[in-house]
Amino acid sequence: MRVYHFSEEPYPDVWTPDRPTLRVTLPNELCDPKRANELYHRYVDEWMLADQLGFDIMLNEHHSTATCLTASANLMLAILARVTKNARLLVLGVPVCNRQDPVRIAEEMSMIDVISGGRLEFGMIKGVPYEIAPANSQPTRMMDRFWEAHDIIVKAMTTHNGAFNFEGEFFHHRTVNIWPRPWQQPHPPIWSSTSTPANAKEIGVRGYVCGSFMGGIEETRKLHKAYAEGYREGGFGNEVPVDRFGYLAMCATANTEAEGRRRADMIADYLRTNAQVADPFNKPPGYFSVDAAFRSMRSPNPRAFRTLMTPKGRPVELSTATLDDFIECGIAFAGTPDQVYEQICSFVDGIGGLGNLLLMGQGGHLNHEETVDSITLFGKQVLPRLKARYVPEMKFAA
Amino acid sequence: MTSAASDGLTTIDIHGTEVQTFVAGAGPNIVYLHSALWLGDDTAFVHELAKHGHVIAPLHPGIGVGKDKNNIGSVDDLAYLYLDLIDQLKLKDVTLVGASFGGWIAAEMAVRNCNALSRLVLIDALGVKLGAREHRDIQDFYGTPDAELTRMCFADPAKGGAELRLLGDDDLRRRLRAREALARYGWQPYMHNPRLKLRLHRVSVPTLVMWGDKDGVASPDYGKAYANLIPGSQFELVINAGHLSHIEHPAAVASRIQSFAHNR
Repeated sequence: MRVYHFSEEPYPDVWTPDRPTLRVTLPNELCDPKRANELYHRYVDEWMLADQLGFDIMLNEHHSTATCLTASANLMLAILARVTKNARLLVLGVPVCNRQDPVRIAEEMSMIDVISGGRLEFGMIKGVPYEIAPANSQPTRMMDRFWEAHDIIVKAMTTHNGAFNFEGEFFHHRTVNIWPRPWQQPHPPIWSSTSTPANAKEIGVRGYVCGSFMGGIEETRKLHKAYAEGYREGGFGNEVPVDRFGYLAMCATANTEAEGRRRADMIADYLRTNAQVADPFNKPPGYFSVDAAFRSMRSPNPRAFRTLMTPKGRPVELSTATLDDFIECGIAFAGTPDQVYEQICSFVDGIGGLGNLLLMGQGGHLNHEETVDSITLFGKQVLPRLKARYVPEMKFAA
Repeated sequence: MTSAASDGLTTIDIHGTEVQTFVAGAGPNIVYLHSALWLGDDTAFVHELAKHGHVIAPLHPGIGVGKDKNNIGSVDDLAYLYLDLIDQLKLKDVTLVGASFGGWIAAEMAVRNCNALSRLVLIDALGVKLGAREHRDIQDFYGTPDAELTRMCFADPAKGGAELRLLGDDDLRRRLRAREALARYGWQPYMHNPRLKLRLHRVSVPTLVMWGDKDGVASPDYGKAYANLIPGSQFELVINAGHLSHIEHPAAVASRIQSFAHNR
């Protein structure tokens, strides 16, 4: 099993519950560049420590927000490609439908792959609804644009005999010929993330790595199943290697249960602030299908961020959930190293296997010393046990 | 066009695009292009128009549920689609009426070909960029809370009708389709074509530009400047009206269109 350390590089100093929005329209006068400078360097230090401890590294990007200072994952990846030594560098992901130029993405990803000596894990994602406004991106037919961008990126990474022509519905390039070409052949491992079985199946058909975020045991099982269907349909074999799936949860470890829980509760503000978005930017037209938009308007709580079921069938709304709710759902692991290990094993066995565990080990107000202590304890006392128990040769349980 | 009106929808196949079209009335031809905003609430206006002529009112593709093998996706597409509709139905001497987004389509049709038209009526029309690049000529429907958008569209917000969530299932779905289709056609550049203002001199039929005096989406000054780009056009305010002045005052606006169309 690979375990990735993830942080959104938050700027939590201005997170107050009374702000109607932390995203899109929050004025950047609230962002002190000197404070942001400290934070960037701090988060890089934490990723470097994670690298030394044997973690892999995950990052993503968001825009116009105090919840995430990584406005360009590619820029941070370029730094990490240079300053880390062993970690796989997972971006999950690059919002390919919010970018004007997919060829530029192929170039940047190839650069990072080469600088890092072949450590890039390349995630392509649709992006969350409130990323539409900062990108001024067309919210209709996004998945059509997504797959066309994907096609040109993969072709750009795998074409080595000179320029090719691409005149698609959305993207036009007459002379595509990227330098450098990627280190990893034929291209870096491709990931995508989803919360719906239909998309999980589509990712499976292509044999890519499927990331799922904080869906808990019940939803993740469904995604597993759909992925496996697609994987078999794609002709990759009947048994799905566990490295084809990744799962993101929050995690905090400490010497005492109480301290571990306190830390996890701070990280969980990541989820609780997700609903703090000015209304019009939450549901861009066309981002959701008409049917999905209809169901949302007819639901008892149209402003809900995301509601999950616990294994016992109790609904939990993530933007208002308690830490115990998160632990029960399998979207937070918290406590002493032994407790965290047990919780993770129970989750992984519950979903039928996992090759990539993505852990938000820093979030919200969790400070540098706390983060260092938490990931060090995990790295020394949990990570070796997980790697011994879940070996890469494992397959999904049917 | 509400459920009641949608009973009168006819499907017309235009070179592979099925357009659901409301047809009513008799007399001179009136082609009406709807705003996509507050879809359905313009039924009273359509019926008022039908008192004065033969009304042909297509539902823009993506809002209507007809099949479309041509993937109609821009206002340019819509302008040619409806010029083709006019040709196919062999309509002559058409009074072309467009409101808001529909006004943009009507203007794009008129700069392309006025042969089948006798009059052009633009009601609080979108479609041109007039102000400085930092000035937003047309308010952002998609960045505006619903209550505020209602105040922009109606001088009397009570005429804005029920909240979306209180609509019946069919009407709510149609509204959601309209919201998506409008974004598909007008997301970027936002609700305008940067080249349209350079082409409006080509409009060669008498044109009436009507504007809500309290239009909060595109101001009356914008409307006046728009009208000034169309040779010989008349500009008139609709008093006590927001952006959707034809929904707020259906009889008065339809009656003014009738007098304009018949004053030859």
